[in-house]
Amino acid sequence: MPADYFPVLVHFIIVVGLAAAILGVSAWVGVRRPSREKLSPYECGIAPVGDARERFSVSFYLVGMLFILFDVEAAFLYPWAVVYRSLKWFGFFEMFMFIVVLFAGFVYIWKKGALDWSR
Amino acid sequence: MAALFYIVAGVAVLAALSVVLQRTPVYSALSLIVVLCSLAVLYLLIGAEFLAVIQVIVYAGAIMVLFVLVIMLLNARRETPGDRSRLAPLLGAPLLAVFLAEFFFVIVKQLPRGSESSAAPLDSGPAAIGGLLFRNYVLPFEVTSVLILVAILGAVVLAKKEL
Amino acid sequence: MATSSEAISLLLVTLAKVAVVLFILLTAIAYLVWVERKVVAHIQSRWGPYLVAPHGLLQPLADGLKFLFKEDIVPTEADRLVYWLAPFLAFTLAFLSISVIPFGESFQWRGHELFQITDLNVGVLFVLAVTSLGVYGIVLAGWASNSKYPLFGGLRSSAQMISYELSLGLALVGVVMVSGTLSLRRIVELQSGVWHAGSHSTFLPHWNVLVQPVGFLVYFTSAIAETNRVPFDLPEGETELVAGFHTEYSSFKFALFFIAEYANMVTVSCLATLLFFGGWLGPVFGPSWLHPLLSVFWFCLKVFCFLFFYIWMRGTLPRFRYDQLMAFGWKFLLPVGLLNILVTSFLLAWQSS
Repeated sequence: MPADYFPVLVHFIIVVGLAAAILGVSAWVGVRRPSREKLSPYECGIAPVGDARERFSVSFYLVGMLFILFDVEAAFLYPWAVVYRSLKWFGFFEMFMFIVVLFAGFVYIWKKGALDWSR
Repeated sequence: MAALFYIVAGVAVLAALSVVLQRTPVYSALSLIVVLCSLAVLYLLIGAEFLAVIQVIVYAGAIMVLFVLVIMLLNARRETPGDRSRLAPLLGAPLLAVFLAEFFFVIVKQLPRGSESSAAPLDSGPAAIGGLLFRNYVLPFEVTSVLILVAILGAVVLAKKEL
Repeated sequence: MATSSEAISLLLVTLAKVAVVLFILLTAIAYLVWVERKVVAHIQSRWGPYLVAPHGLLQPLADGLKFLFKEDIVPTEADRLVYWLAPFLAFTLAFLSISVIPFGESFQWRGHELFQITDLNVGVLFVLAVTSLGVYGIVLAGWASNSKYPLFGGLRSSAQMISYELSLGLALVGVVMVSGTLSLRRIVELQSGVWHAGSHSTFLPHWNVLVQPVGFLVYFTSAIAETNRVPFDLPEGETELVAGFHTEYSSFKFALFFIAEYANMVTVSCLATLLFFGGWLGPVFGPSWLHPLLSVFWFCLKVFCFLFFYIWMRGTLPRFRYDQLMAFGWKFLLPVGLLNILVTSFLLAWQSS
């Protein structure tokens, strides 16, 4: 491992320990007077209706899917941006082609209404 | 260094087993996230820091988010052991044995004799990867855009919006 | 690692730095909450906290103790393990990215950089990677509670966070292009000096915000949405979703979500300062021992300005509607971010030829 990452590891271990300690102490000193009503799911004081785990709009799935695709695009943009100054016009046209193709996809999903949430 | 490798590799293997053995889908997905993150640490250990962060961003931070969302959307519950095929263990066990044997054979054969000499640190920072990708491998990079475009169309078709 | 004595001194110095940074960050967050309550109160012609010590200055301490002794409720329907894991994850991830933030100019003591836990070659991407994992704390909290409001809140938050994460990432590409590096310390160092108009030097600092104004606006807007703050605090829109993903949480588990939200605010403000506003660069005067301290002061001052802006927004703006929010992210910020990259690359290529 590059030595730069050693402090990150130390930091990570300490933060994990801190979070665990806080949760532990809080569970230990907190009062505990459970009752059936208190432990039921919150539903504005009404008795809970049905199960919470219902099926949801497909739009959430679509957004997750599109997010992955554009995230992959962004993953390509970073190394490109780092070396951009040495690539000059070649780098510009390279990425221009890439982004134009993806922009076509973007226009398609826009026109298909995949980005409209009101429906 | 070596100790860290064995710890992280052990975590990766245990989490991978947990992906298969868990009956609650969300637990499986969480285990898979652990596998992917420990892979990222393994990449770090051989000095591939750019690959490590991209692994976390794309796999753990994007693809697994979709997995978890879909599990929540479909309301996938605890899996109940149903009618299993009787043929499965009969066929599966020998196949597993064969695959494992092959796997170990290849590993033992490919393993460099001696020490970690072959794992000489490469320059795998963002600048080196960018130089390679955008000078030597321009065509694969441009073709990727078409691949992503196709995937975008596929996502919309699957979600059946306005079709 | 070379020798064991070097490794031990690295470990000790790192432990000391981490302890100091975490202590300062936790205290800063506690008082950020106090500042927020005071400022919002004064915007709304109220007093805000004033009972615990003069001006309510010990209010954060009182709140913390109260959280600690509150009953720790785990709903019967909840998935117990994940219900515990979610606040744990949210807190850990929120505090992880501070490890790559440089707080001041390079100041070495026996070869150890003091004003930064560690500088990574891929610092910008490290912060983005940690941010991209942050969504799990929220989505798992919603799922584990097994209650309607948290589940809806968690789903909405996660969709919002991943959408704005995209434009957040795209907004930073412009800065990386101008700087040619992903190291946070290096990016700040490249912003030193002033602008030159021909042979005259102007008084304008050489900050990236002047090169990348569009990038900055896209970044900061996305950052506010990414941290679920007003006007993008839909997930916890109390009029429709009670408290969003943490409706079922109480005691210090709730406090961990709360602290994580503020830690994320601090992180994105630090990033805005480093990438666009010259980090710790500022007027330097006085004896030379003062200079490193001044750089830390300028950094903290700039970060505080961003945090104050956050609070100011909360006291001023109404909340978006959910479909407007998603449309704003996907139909406005994302294409603007892409366009910014193309325009920047065009100008840079032109300049170099």
